[in-house]
Amino acid sequence: MNAASIWLVIIGLAVIAWLSARARATLMEKSAGRLATHSRAQYHGWYVGLWTLLPAALFLIVWQNVSPALVTNSVLTAPEAATLPTEGFSRAAILSEARNIAAGRQQSGFNTQSQALVEPYRAAQTRFDIIGALLTVILAFACGAFAFTRIRAGFTARTRVERLVMGALLVASLIAIVTTVGIVASLLFESIRFFSMVNPIDFLFGTKWSPQSAALGYGNKNAFGAVPLFWGTVFIGAIIAMLVAIPLGLMCAIYLTQYAKPSVRAWMKPILEVLAGVPTVVYGYFAALTVAPALRDFAVMVGISGASSESALAAGLVMGVMIIPFVSSMADDSINAVPQAMRDGSLAMGATTSETIKKVLIPAALPGVVGGVLLAVSRAIGETMIVVMAAGLAANLTLNPFASVTTVTTQIVQLLTGDQEFDSAKTLAAFALGLVLFIVTLLLNIVALRVVKKYREAYE
Amino acid sequence: MTQANSPDRTPTDWTSPVMRKRIARRYAQERRFRLMGLGAVALSAGFLLFLLVSMVSGGLSGFIRTEIKLPIDFPHSPLLIDPAILKSANAERALANANLPAVTSAAAKAAFGAQGGDAILSDSAWVAVKDALIEDPGLLQRQAVIAVPAASDIDLAAKREGSAAAEQIVAQLKGKRALATRLNFGFLTASDGTDPTQVGIWGALKGSLLTMAVTLLLSFPVGVLSAIYLEEYAPRNRWTDLIEVSINNLAAVPSIIFGLLGLAVFLNMWDLPRSAALVGGLTLALMTMPVIVIAGRNAVKAVPPSIRDAALGVGASPVQVVFHHVLPLAMPGILTGTIIGMARALGETAPLLMIGMRAFIASPPGGVTDPATVLPVQIFLWSDEVSHGFVEKTSAAILVLLVFLLAMNGIAIYLRNKFETRW
Amino acid sequence: MADMPNSPTKMSARNVNVFYGEKQAIKNVSIEVGMDEVTAFIGPSGCGKSTFLRTLNRMNDTVASARVEGEITLDGQDIYSSGMDVVQLRARVGMVFQKPNPFPKTIYENIAYGPRIHGLAGTKADMDVVVEQSLRRAGLWEEVKDRLSDSGTALSGGQQQRLCIGRAIAVQPEVILMDEPCSALDPIATAKIEELIHELRGKYAIVIVTHNMQQAARVSQRTAFFHLGTLVEYGVTSEIFTNPREVRTKDYITGRYG
Repeated sequence: MNAASIWLVIIGLAVIAWLSARARATLMEKSAGRLATHSRAQYHGWYVGLWTLLPAALFLIVWQNVSPALVTNSVLTAPEAATLPTEGFSRAAILSEARNIAAGRQQSGFNTQSQALVEPYRAAQTRFDIIGALLTVILAFACGAFAFTRIRAGFTARTRVERLVMGALLVASLIAIVTTVGIVASLLFESIRFFSMVNPIDFLFGTKWSPQSAALGYGNKNAFGAVPLFWGTVFIGAIIAMLVAIPLGLMCAIYLTQYAKPSVRAWMKPILEVLAGVPTVVYGYFAALTVAPALRDFAVMVGISGASSESALAAGLVMGVMIIPFVSSMADDSINAVPQAMRDGSLAMGATTSETIKKVLIPAALPGVVGGVLLAVSRAIGETMIVVMAAGLAANLTLNPFASVTTVTTQIVQLLTGDQEFDSAKTLAAFALGLVLFIVTLLLNIVALRVVKKYREAYE
Repeated sequence: MTQANSPDRTPTDWTSPVMRKRIARRYAQERRFRLMGLGAVALSAGFLLFLLVSMVSGGLSGFIRTEIKLPIDFPHSPLLIDPAILKSANAERALANANLPAVTSAAAKAAFGAQGGDAILSDSAWVAVKDALIEDPGLLQRQAVIAVPAASDIDLAAKREGSAAAEQIVAQLKGKRALATRLNFGFLTASDGTDPTQVGIWGALKGSLLTMAVTLLLSFPVGVLSAIYLEEYAPRNRWTDLIEVSINNLAAVPSIIFGLLGLAVFLNMWDLPRSAALVGGLTLALMTMPVIVIAGRNAVKAVPPSIRDAALGVGASPVQVVFHHVLPLAMPGILTGTIIGMARALGETAPLLMIGMRAFIASPPGGVTDPATVLPVQIFLWSDEVSHGFVEKTSAAILVLLVFLLAMNGIAIYLRNKFETRW
Repeated sequence: MADMPNSPTKMSARNVNVFYGEKQAIKNVSIEVGMDEVTAFIGPSGCGKSTFLRTLNRMNDTVASARVEGEITLDGQDIYSSGMDVVQLRARVGMVFQKPNPFPKTIYENIAYGPRIHGLAGTKADMDVVVEQSLRRAGLWEEVKDRLSDSGTALSGGQQQRLCIGRAIAVQPEVILMDEPCSALDPIATAKIEELIHELRGKYAIVIVTHNMQQAARVSQRTAFFHLGTLVEYGVTSEIFTNPREVRTKDYITGRYG
């Protein structure tokens, strides 16, 4: 009797309960009259069906988490268990092996003692499986019967079922909070473990990043200075990418809102949406395959030293192109939010359209545009694939855009791939970096949204 | 109201040369500014075009495979097989043990020179011979010419991207009429491998489909139910504000953070199988859910209050109002938002790298708990490969991904246009 | 004919038709606006008086579907001809809108904007003079002279509208068009604006669109009555209001409709 079949059984019971309850309620409706019954028949069906399913399901979930411990305890009382080592790794290993062999996941074990324990495990497992299945089914039956007896004309089945539905809605909404809490908690937890190994000041302000040396046993000091990473992230995402995205995005928005014919706007907006929809791995590949070598050749031709085939400029340029739609759409919304009366007022004085845009519309739309830029920066610094594929791994504090730099996101990927022990400083550093990234993007988002909201209030 | 009788200013002389020049300069500025706007639009469209053309031109050749027509003299070959067995069900196993690779290799040396004649064939050329024999066991009795896949460098040279030496060989083969090119259907049915001519995207595609299914199954109900709750039922209190703030923040968190969450919770705390579609789907569901909630809220908000009032007026309960009236009307908007969210999830790479989908998966996953990879990760892995043959395969895989995304976005736009009712 | 203004003609319209797409908003209107007087356009809502007003400074150009036919001249020159520069036109024919729309800039900058782009004040000292004079003419100087760097949107509704009038005056127009300038203001602010119009008359030709007949009677010398896109009657204000020639005019003025 495995887990899946028990689930099927209680679901089947619930369906039967639903059908029979509905039938009973229909009969009752016929005899008592439609107006005298509070709820339609199907709601009685749902009531009984859910009562059959939910308590049993809850029990089953709890049981499946608790029973392995019960099984293990029962095995330990068997005579064969007397010869086990009392504590520690080997004891757990023997038990685990015996469990796996009993379940058929393994053929044979390393330890001789585990073979002896297989039979007790099998017996105990079967015993507890049967107990669990019986309890579940009995629970389902009992609750279902209890609910069934409550079917009568005045019974407020619909109200109760709807209350449950509302509860489900609330639970669904709480998942968002749970996720946020989960993110913060897991990042904090691992980061705290990291900061117990590496001084936070060294981490935030140190300029030498070489986790490899830490892994090789040269110690954690001076190996986790993240400043080159912060610089790389800012250089690529906030400087180079913005130098591309802000002018192009803003001018696109201006052209589309003020100058373009509706027909041009109709096909240009989808093109910008497509630009936003291209997966970042495609941008990264394009950057690595086409843009980076071209830039390197250009740099060599012009005579710039230190040009590498993975450069900040390549990643930054492509990232800038990817961000154009974000800036453009936020700017578009902001410019459209400026009341038409303001534009008319300026035009009526004999200003040209460009003068109206530059001197009246953009200053009026500026908070919204700035908010959009902040959101774009937040997106850019959180971007991973483009920089992984095109920017490189060298932790470099340089102003040369043709050189290779690394970013926070690249290093997170780098530190966590490959076989690491989960506890080493190297893997935990990734979580610390993730925490910094999360906090920075969160702050940027909060500031941006507040700026946009305040600005929108001013015009409404 | 006081008004000083200050002397009148000189009226503006609009015809003076100074004024004329000024106006001309202002108009010139206007033209330049407008051109700059047009230029920005053209440049952005141009980038997209450049990107697409670059991918298409690089990737189309990935769908073509070069084959070599190999003459094999079966009766005179050292092939140890009983023709009767070939017609039975054990044909595959028998052929696997029949030393076909050696036979193929010998035939190649005989046809194309003892020195490296077999190097022009792909390592899995013998599989093509095996398939031909199973299809027509009568071949054993005669000499036959079988089309077998060529080695990677020959394949590249035939597409004019190979080394000089390889191109020479290709020229020779062409002279002997031994070269053929065919559509590489294997690209769509095979999985990852080491030989670029033999790899395919099916394994990654199936992984993507399984992951998307899990994502959809988890994020859609939660997202829609949350949207309904927030728009229709939530009281205005601190809890609701907290939920709203959480959702807005989650929508803007970088995707790699979700990967870290997946690693810490799903893999380490809950011990789920590494790089399984289930874990990938869970991680992406957390990322997609806020998108669906926001789209759902907008769709529900757009349904006019008059419909709700009408339903309440005939005595529907609040739950019935929402599920019988509001939700069906909001569904097109919700679906559009969901499709767009799923399209975004389909293209995600970073969070899935975190949960271990970086491994080399040579066969497609059987279920949601088997190790899998997804198409964007496959693209990423192939882009790192040293062998030059992978370049066109990576671009070809990108084309497949883009086609899927285009289809999904197209459906979303179609839905949006078809069902967008103006109230 | 009593249709001719007493003062020389500043702007004239001949057989003007205005279309928004397929719909015709103005049908064959001909009218003359005198140089030193206030002309009022009255009529029920939707009769086209604002639309026609906007043809006088080519503000309809900003609406994509609008089409203007006929001839409109300023000092004898057709303003829709290719030789007429619209930028210049709008400086010569200023406009004040129904809802006050000051720029979100300082009071000083609101006034200075126009002269700056047209290059009408070379130095800061010149600009200060322009700003003060415009604000004085608009009747706002005493109230704001100590807070010129405050935001224009921080003023009251009536003050904002006077600021907009000052803004229009600052580019030295010859004609000022006012589109229901008082409809968003309270009675006291309205009275101030009407007083201002009295003072401005004589320096500028003023055309005011109003739905308030009493206001038209108070401020204007000539009145034009529009109905369903046509010009029904145009003449001296006192005559229009006491002894109109057309039945429709009489019905409107006595309150039969509108």
